[in-house]
Amino acid sequence: MSNAQSVFNIIGPVMIGPSSSHTAGAARLGKIARAFLGSTPRSARMELHGSFWHTHEGHGTDLAIVAGLLGFDTDDERIKRSFSIAAEQGLHFSFEPADLGDVHPNSVRFHLRSDADSIELTGASVGGGNILVTEVMGFETKLTGRSNALFTIHEDRPGVIASVAQVVARHRINIAFMRVSRQDEGTLACMILESDSALPPQAVQEIAALPPIRAARVIEKV
Amino acid sequence: MKEISLCDMAARAEALGISLGELALRDEAQRSGTDAEQVLEQMTETWGVMRESVRAGLEKPRRSRGGMIGGEGILLKTYLGQSHSYCGESVLGAVSAALAVSCQNAAMGKIVAAPTAGASGILPGVLTMIAERDGKSEREIALALFTAAAVGLVISANASLSGAAGGCQAECGSGAAMAAAAAVELAGGTPRQACHAVAMTLKNQMGLVCDPVAGLVEVPCAKRNAAGAALALVSADMALAGIESVIPADEVIVAMGKVGRALPESLRETSKGGLAATPTGRQIADRLGGNLSKL
Repeated sequence: MSNAQSVFNIIGPVMIGPSSSHTAGAARLGKIARAFLGSTPRSARMELHGSFWHTHEGHGTDLAIVAGLLGFDTDDERIKRSFSIAAEQGLHFSFEPADLGDVHPNSVRFHLRSDADSIELTGASVGGGNILVTEVMGFETKLTGRSNALFTIHEDRPGVIASVAQVVARHRINIAFMRVSRQDEGTLACMILESDSALPPQAVQEIAALPPIRAARVIEKV
Repeated sequence: MKEISLCDMAARAEALGISLGELALRDEAQRSGTDAEQVLEQMTETWGVMRESVRAGLEKPRRSRGGMIGGEGILLKTYLGQSHSYCGESVLGAVSAALAVSCQNAAMGKIVAAPTAGASGILPGVLTMIAERDGKSEREIALALFTAAAVGLVISANASLSGAAGGCQAECGSGAAMAAAAAVELAGGTPRQACHAVAMTLKNQMGLVCDPVAGLVEVPCAKRNAAGAALALVSADMALAGIESVIPADEVIVAMGKVGRALPESLRETSKGGLAATPTGRQIADRLGGNLSKL
């Protein structure tokens, strides 16, 4: 057969209903947002754009996003109880409508806070449970969450990317995809590095210890 | 030239003396570089989730998130036990199970998208009935799911499986066609007969619009899953009886794709036309708008 599609894309995925884009995709967005923060948030404010706001309660988009923030997968039966589990775990959350501009109709902007950190990011559920993280901390990105990634915020100066790549090479990890973006020349930049296999914790520690690196975080596939 | 053709697959299977399901299993094992037994095992696990979604929907029916549906599966099953029904146990058994899964989906239960969440009731409905009625093993049902998947792959490559792209014919139509082919092979029919069952199913779903009331996967989705399950069995029986589709399955699939693209946007999952735009549909949408958590 010449097609590259798996039969399990046709019979599957196993998921909590009712909609692959409004429920499964929403849970994956919540889970990847949690990964950028590095832990379960203490507080989470979500701006929902377009169709995401209009049907979020009926499709359980809100429950699914909170479930993702708690670290649940798309087939986790606890998705429908995510609000009460969030309350038990001390996660305060809110949803509000927003016009995020010229973005996909199923877009959400996260404002997350933990005791140690805070993060802002925007992502979209683009169909069939697929997602795209389009912006993190004001930096433009394109992350699908289908492979393991490393996210850094670093000083925008020569040699930083090479020194990160050296650490990765030393651990014999193959870089599949890399994207660097910055706000202004010579200020801060962000890097997303996707790899074939997950980066070992030691590699991440070594990268985080490099002087120009302000933050380094593993974003596991969701 | 089409990349994949159902008729070619059927010819290949018949030349090898195997079913379409077996052929799809071998192709998948080769594609993924995994042992065929392991791939079959994964499908058996998927079948376990499907069966559980039927059981949960029939034993513990819940209202949907939007409150428009819930409990229809058990209502039909009870009627079947007490009344002299027209359709009988096979058809109504499949339909009640399909309704049960659709309601599970709408109530945020665990389901298998087959091919989508919106059409997730048809395959488990048809296959649960056949498994119970004919005492089929898990392995036999898992193989039949490969038959269904083969049909879905061809439709995905040559038309569409998405309501937003092709209307409900692409979702419930495809789900029913997949179930019809699976039912034919479970009854011992040939790959060629499975193709005719696919063609006859899709012909009867052609043009079906996607018009969900209030944008929710509830009305008319659950009842279209019900009708899809019934149609799958009628088409399977016709094919097994030797009735052939004059238009070959591959041509029906391409035609369905063209019809889907010709549908106005209002009838492709936007809730701007069809049943969603009826006075009652609009009234429900207004009532639910922003108020769903209070239901």
